[in-house]
Amino acid sequence: MAKFGSCRVKLEESVTEILRAQSGPQNDRREGKSGRRDEILRAQGSPQNDNRGGKSGRQDEILRAQGSPQNDSRGGKSGRRDEILEGESGLQNGNLSEKELFEFAGYDEACAEKIGYSNYSYWGSTLRAFLKNKVAVALMVVIFTILLFTFIQPYLPGQFEPNLVNNDASGKLLRNVKPNSEHWFGTNSIGQDLWSRVWSGTRTSLLMGVCVAIIEAVVGIIVGVLWGYVRKLDFIFTELYNILDNIPSTLVLVLFSYIMKPSVTSLIIGMSLTRWIGMSRFIRNQIIIIRDRDYNLASKCLGSPTGRIIFKNLLPYLVSVIMLRMAMAIPEAIGSEVFVTYIGLGLPIEIPSLGNLITSGRDLLMNPGLRYQLIFPTIVVSIVTISFYIIGNAFADAADPKNHV
Amino acid sequence: MVKYLLKRFARSILTLVIIISVVFILLRLMPIEGYFQNYEKLTNEQIQAGIHNMGLDKPVLIQLKDFFIQLLHGDLGTSRIYRANVPITEILASKIPISLQLGGIALVISLIIGLPLGSLMARSKGKFWDKFGTAFIVFVQAVPAAVYFLFIQIFGNEWFGFSMLFSKDNYSTWIMPILSMAIGNTAYYAMWIRRYMVDESNKDYVKLAKAKGVSDNKIMMKHVFRNAFVPMIQYLPTSFLNSIVGSIYVESLYSIPGMGGLLVDVVKRQDNTMVQAIVIVFACVGILGLMLGDLLMALIDPRISLNKKGGAR
Repeated sequence: MAKFGSCRVKLEESVTEILRAQSGPQNDRREGKSGRRDEILRAQGSPQNDNRGGKSGRQDEILRAQGSPQNDSRGGKSGRRDEILEGESGLQNGNLSEKELFEFAGYDEACAEKIGYSNYSYWGSTLRAFLKNKVAVALMVVIFTILLFTFIQPYLPGQFEPNLVNNDASGKLLRNVKPNSEHWFGTNSIGQDLWSRVWSGTRTSLLMGVCVAIIEAVVGIIVGVLWGYVRKLDFIFTELYNILDNIPSTLVLVLFSYIMKPSVTSLIIGMSLTRWIGMSRFIRNQIIIIRDRDYNLASKCLGSPTGRIIFKNLLPYLVSVIMLRMAMAIPEAIGSEVFVTYIGLGLPIEIPSLGNLITSGRDLLMNPGLRYQLIFPTIVVSIVTISFYIIGNAFADAADPKNHV
Repeated sequence: MVKYLLKRFARSILTLVIIISVVFILLRLMPIEGYFQNYEKLTNEQIQAGIHNMGLDKPVLIQLKDFFIQLLHGDLGTSRIYRANVPITEILASKIPISLQLGGIALVISLIIGLPLGSLMARSKGKFWDKFGTAFIVFVQAVPAAVYFLFIQIFGNEWFGFSMLFSKDNYSTWIMPILSMAIGNTAYYAMWIRRYMVDESNKDYVKLAKAKGVSDNKIMMKHVFRNAFVPMIQYLPTSFLNSIVGSIYVESLYSIPGMGGLLVDVVKRQDNTMVQAIVIVFACVGILGLMLGDLLMALIDPRISLNKKGGAR
């Protein structure tokens, strides 16, 4: 707003004056209202913003659908009020003398051609909103450290191979060694170094999570966009969705891993088989809500190419949902992997993963002395999953244009 | 309304038929070891004879047709490995009541704990209980269930001396499994009731009630909670599915002779017909749960009109 030249202020002064005289009370009321609406929006966007459950999404979309037009109008209103306020402050600052105030401003072509411009940038605002959430930022740092560490860990000096069976000097197996300076997390029942196994397992699990998230995003977006944009396909896709959505995804995963030989690829496919359905539903609903809004129509009439409409008008609305679901996919994939391994369909023991570390730790449940073998992997799992969960939610809140005002 | 119910029902049946067909066809791809108890010791002729007896040499589609006809007579086939040549329905009949009891109690408990927790959080928004509850919810939702189930088992055993194994007659052994099964849904209910109550308490009628001088307790219980409870019904289906997954974990963890534990057993022993039967039963339960949730919602909330065309559902 500061970019409006002083001539603008001068032009508007009289108007401001009149407005202020007339609409003092109105103005107050408007303020009250918008304040309350803010609260509601905040309530909607509170920490539990995770629209993960299959059904839960419906309510969210309804809220969002209702919320946005209101929001738009509020944006317009508050924008106007800002100008008014600015007018007032210009007056109060008194950087214009009494004499100047009552002179004609004169016609300045440059000023007349100046258009209102806000330096709003979507990603900039998202970043700023995200950085406000201190917990999420801290966890982001943690996650990045862990990610970085899982990749450089094998190259650090003095690391053991995850599958190497360690013997001591006399050639005896180093079985169930408690954590010490050499084996930081101890060794397991056949003498493998748990430290390197945990990091190797984290690598595998994160890899699976990221792959599932990417597959979900790609397939979900493509199907969702087709479903939402192409009106002829709507009926077919909707009926298909109604059937597919009823299939419990856990059972699909169990069945798929039962039939396929357990490997990283087959687990990734098994987990992705059902996840995209929810994603495409979200995308489709969002697109249907936004696609015929007036600003899109206006944009189209002004000759924006489809690509620009998609990237500038639609994508910002979708980013928060997409990112949220992608971020959720990672802890969920790790959870599913633990589950599948637990019921005996997981990766073979030569490929360490968090799932099979926890499962083998579980066998030592009865032996309190060896419990460290269970505790270390569970701590890592908890840190990773909770971080992704919180970061995902925080980012979704930050990426939602409604929270940028 | 009736039209919607019929449509919804037909859709469920169609889904079920599709699932059963897919499960059946996929399981035909499995190696035939899964149909014989002592495959290694059998001669080639015996195997061929066995395959012929079971009808496995027929084309898949004919097998599928036979299977559907069997199914309509309430016959899920016979177990081959888990308990050789015992009808599966007989095995399941002894397992289902236990799962049902545990699951039912767990669901009730999760409602009893989850709803008050959620309302408490909504009432003390931004204060200690809210933060505490949020931390609990985030933990339960993010961390894989297997992890905290294990810790419940360890600490329940160590601190309170509950047995690690389930026994039907000793009710103190029921506590930990039920607690484990309930915890996921508790967090789920608490999360959503909090959210709906917060939404609801920002509405005008609450302000009016406050202005009239109605006490906070009364507003919360009589107005906010009631209105917030209605949309909760749509989470019933999901909690149904949650409890299926929970039961698979918990039952095998405590050696409970129920459906979930059975699935883990037969998967480990590669009994194809049993896996097929149990997956089908679970799919039925899941689909039934989803359908019930939709129907309940349609019945309870008059604002939802389901006959509108073109909605997501």
